[in-house]
Amino acid sequence: MTSIADRLAGPSVPGATAAPAPAAETAACAAAPASTASPKITFPAVGERELRLDLFRGLALWLIFIDHLPPNILTWFTIRNYGFSDATEIFIFISGYTAAFVYGRAMQDAGFIVATARILRRVWQIYVAHVFLFTIFLAEISYVATSFENPLYTEEMGIMDFLKQPDVTIVQALILRFRPVNMDVLPLYIVLMLFLPLILWLMRWRPDVTLGLSVILYAVTWELDLYLSAYPNGFWAFNPFAWQLLFVFGAWCALGGAQRMSRILNSPITLGICVAYLVAAFFVTLTWYIPQLGHLMPRQIEQWMYPIDKTDLDVLRFAHFLALAALTVHYLPKDWPLLKSRWLRPLIVCGQHSLEIFCLGVFLAFAGHFVLAEVSGGAMMHAMISLCGILAMWGVASLISWYKREADKGAARKGARSNADLAGGG
Amino acid sequence: MKSVSWLRFAFAALAVSLAVSARAEDAPQTCEVPAYLLTTESPLPKVAEAVKNGRTLDILVVGSRSSTIVSASDGNAYPARLQASLKDKLPAVTVNISVELQPKKTAEEIAGNLVKLVEGKRPNLVIWQTGTVDAMRSIDPDEFRQAVNDGVATLQNAGADVILMNLQYSPRTETLISVPPYVDNMRVVAQQRDIPLFDRFAIMRQWNEQGDFDLFNPTHGIELAKQVHDCLGRALSKFIIDAAHLGPAQQN
Repeated sequence: MTSIADRLAGPSVPGATAAPAPAAETAACAAAPASTASPKITFPAVGERELRLDLFRGLALWLIFIDHLPPNILTWFTIRNYGFSDATEIFIFISGYTAAFVYGRAMQDAGFIVATARILRRVWQIYVAHVFLFTIFLAEISYVATSFENPLYTEEMGIMDFLKQPDVTIVQALILRFRPVNMDVLPLYIVLMLFLPLILWLMRWRPDVTLGLSVILYAVTWELDLYLSAYPNGFWAFNPFAWQLLFVFGAWCALGGAQRMSRILNSPITLGICVAYLVAAFFVTLTWYIPQLGHLMPRQIEQWMYPIDKTDLDVLRFAHFLALAALTVHYLPKDWPLLKSRWLRPLIVCGQHSLEIFCLGVFLAFAGHFVLAEVSGGAMMHAMISLCGILAMWGVASLISWYKREADKGAARKGARSNADLAGGG
Repeated sequence: MKSVSWLRFAFAALAVSLAVSARAEDAPQTCEVPAYLLTTESPLPKVAEAVKNGRTLDILVVGSRSSTIVSASDGNAYPARLQASLKDKLPAVTVNISVELQPKKTAEEIAGNLVKLVEGKRPNLVIWQTGTVDAMRSIDPDEFRQAVNDGVATLQNAGADVILMNLQYSPRTETLISVPPYVDNMRVVAQQRDIPLFDRFAIMRQWNEQGDFDLFNPTHGIELAKQVHDCLGRALSKFIIDAAHLGPAQQN
């Protein structure tokens, strides 16, 4: 499997000496490309990586891993305990951003057909990764089903009934309709990437119109209750019709939208609103953990607000993510010195190989469940498993980085064209 | 070099955690529940009234299969344990408990049936344990919430107090059953209708984390299930007495 999103550089607007550090934006990259096909969108030549993207994607991967394990001490560090949105939002947004960035450039350089082909190759890789994870999952579940017979859980074990029809189950998994609980993100990602050529094509025409269409689709989804059904019953846990908004918004930011929003984003009013919203969201989450506070919540607000729907990417979640992102890019400049320090290296290196590390995280979560089941153990064991998993993610990411560096060296020596098609916003 | 020292660290930490968890298993099973999990602001007026005036309390438990223990007598399941515990704590009160098992039925199917269930019995309190079947069938959480809401309204109109009880914490099936949407939606209904929610999920998870019970245990034996149900029954009795503000006056 190749690596993801290599050689990220920020989009630069020719001649713009833009305000410092606008949102999720990656301004001020040296040397705009010689050929600027579109007046609005330009893709710079290979330059410095945007480390903030890697950092936060790495963080999202760690948090997703921790959230997939049974709750333990580390769970208290995940952002879903402090507001509405969680790591999934970060992951999908950054994926949209980097994918648009890498393949947008490909589309400009090599044309629609070639870029589409590369995107489809990427989709295939993700699909294979998903099927691979499903195989591991199936092995684990079959083991549990045959070895576990606690009378306390007779009812819950009924869920294993699908194992009685392996033919149907496996085919349904191959067409992405049967997805175990922790394996919902990759199918969403596959669908979003499938539509990336169309999104990019529209973006190159009119970015704002594309974003508008995405918002309309989101609104229609809520209005008409669009969804994809799943097997044996139910629906996709992440509704692609709704979550595309975050992906398209990421793409829009990557292709210059963030640049154009920078004035709004840096105004004190916006920042004030963001802080107020985050504080309010934090208070609301507090009432979930300390029910006594619940009665401080006005009844009408409760009725209007709940439930905060993850499947359809509730507006409150989206807004929470926006507020987080706005504050982050404002207070964490692109040239933040710590980005180059070795303390953040583990996160960044994980973010740079997101597909591999994501899959590893899902696998480690299965393995963690398994270890907990076999060895049993208290809170310490739980925390240890989370910690070991994170170390494993870091180790594997470092290994991939090392391998890629060596491979690149070899390729450069042969004089071959450097891994152009390794790029895979992802 | 660096990786070797990390490895050593990991092993050492693993050994420590194993030792700690082994100690936790030796500790006696107290199955204490933190106060915040048994605190509710929602009252149980019908229960308080029944105890005060009639000195009898009729409780109906409506639930799925996790309200019983398969292959054990009903006396070991939490409804019977609740009755025993209430009798213990409220010796002056006659406590009657009946159980209506509705296995494999979703909240929607049960909600339509509730009128019939309460008709003859006229309970003061209905404990509705639900969510498991809906979670296993991935019923649309919105529809689930609507069904629970309708069901609770039906029960309230029939003149009963209602306590909602959510799903069991079942770590072995965590990768297969998506529990959070159902737990969340039950909390929403409880808040909106101002009724107590017995958070069985959080309580059992707490026990597992404290080391009271090892719920990952693949045991075929019945002992663990009996103990868990006994603890659930006792916690539930505390919860009811607290929510109905049954003071010392009723307790003797």
